[in-house]
Amino acid sequence: MRGPLPLAVAFLAGMFMIVSFFSPHPAVEKASGDFLNWVSIVSGFSILLGVVSIAQNNLAKVKRRQKEWPYAVVLLVALAVMLAGGVLEGTDSGTVYDALFQNVQAPMMTTMFSMLAFFIASAAYRAFRARTLQATLLLGTAVIVMLGRIPVGQAIYDGLPDLANWIMAVPNTAVQRGIIIGAALGGAATALRIVLGLERTYMGRG
Amino acid sequence: MPRFGGARWTPVAWLVWAAPVWAQAEATTPPGWFNTDRVNALVLLVVFCAALLLYIRSAARGKSTYIRPLPGLEAVEDGVGRATEMGRPVLFIPGTGDVDMAETLAGLAVLGRIAGITARYDTPLMVPCLYPMPLAAADEVVRQAYTDAGKPEAFKSDMVRYMAGESFGFSAAVNGWMMRERPATNIFLGEFTAESLLLAETGNAAGAIQIAGTARPEQLPFFIAACDYTLLGEELYAASAYLSKEPKYLGSLKAQDLFKVILTVAILTGALAVTFGASWAPVFQGWFEAS
Repeated sequence: MRGPLPLAVAFLAGMFMIVSFFSPHPAVEKASGDFLNWVSIVSGFSILLGVVSIAQNNLAKVKRRQKEWPYAVVLLVALAVMLAGGVLEGTDSGTVYDALFQNVQAPMMTTMFSMLAFFIASAAYRAFRARTLQATLLLGTAVIVMLGRIPVGQAIYDGLPDLANWIMAVPNTAVQRGIIIGAALGGAATALRIVLGLERTYMGRG
Repeated sequence: MPRFGGARWTPVAWLVWAAPVWAQAEATTPPGWFNTDRVNALVLLVVFCAALLLYIRSAARGKSTYIRPLPGLEAVEDGVGRATEMGRPVLFIPGTGDVDMAETLAGLAVLGRIAGITARYDTPLMVPCLYPMPLAAADEVVRQAYTDAGKPEAFKSDMVRYMAGESFGFSAAVNGWMMRERPATNIFLGEFTAESLLLAETGNAAGAIQIAGTARPEQLPFFIAACDYTLLGEELYAASAYLSKEPKYLGSLKAQDLFKVILTVAILTGALAVTFGASWAPVFQGWFEAS
């Protein structure tokens, strides 16, 4: 991505989207809607880049008989079957694509998601070890919030649910808002640097 | 005087004819070119832009800017050094958001600096991507960093890889890679969602030093629990400035700080005005309301 053209495109597109935020004129609204549609279309085409990347890497792995290459074969076969199924038969209910998605891909995704429960437990165990003052405060706060969220907490002490709610609604919300305001300003500054052509690292330029 | 159907246009006839036309035109007149409800946002944008440009100019003239130490970024070079000594790779994930997210772009900006360091040390680098557009951008960033470091031949096309177009598929692929290759240093900088803990816990189990940063408050506790260093919110956007020390980045940090001061004063003023029932409190509140 060399030359001034990418910078000019970034500037014009960025400025137009800023203008469209402030203008309710139908012509501007329509144009900004078209712009966003173009983004979807370009994103759709870019999937081809991903398919090429994944196919190249895994084909090379199989050719060189790298470690665990049979898994690469499984991936390439799955890629080809899903692609062929989708193109030839569509993705409606009852098609090969849908059957593979519902019976293979969706359960695998659910399995990955369910593993979060165990990861949360192991991460919480490490985080709650009361080695420092901060960790001890974290542990104490977590115990209050967890107990305040379950019936046994109320059985221990009536005010525990209210205390847990107060912790979540006041100190926790205040800190979260502080982080959000800082992050929003950082995001706005990054966006403005890109629009003004000051930030070019995403194009591989310093 | 114009004539209509043989009759002369009198002022009364003109009004009789024009009234419904005018009423219809009023009903169908497109809204104006500017949404006056958003004047407050425009004022803030103009002030922010002006502050940004002024501070960048001031930094470019050599005015020094203090940045508080960020241990996570101090650890980057040590982390790459550790990977080099151990003969293991460095893993960098520029988030799991698409390239239209500011967090992804902040992650890519840091990737360029880190790729420069791995190029200098001849340390293997692995950059898995969830979406194809960050893939293309990351490929360009890493390739250029290796060229700038004088080692274009060290860049390998499989350094930046597309893993999967779905978050949990991506986590499974990256976690499997982490357990097989055992990277010495994992760097997660960008937008992360539910996969943050899956990645960070697996990296922890693989024995890597981990540096993470995201602007999403709901994911920060997971990174804090599972990683050695965490960049909180705005620190992610400051990372590029911290590593490069370039005026354009330092200046924008100052502009952000100025705005933080303005917003803090506004929040305190508003809170005190509402608490003490000041008559101007609703007007003041209205200045900061989004529409």
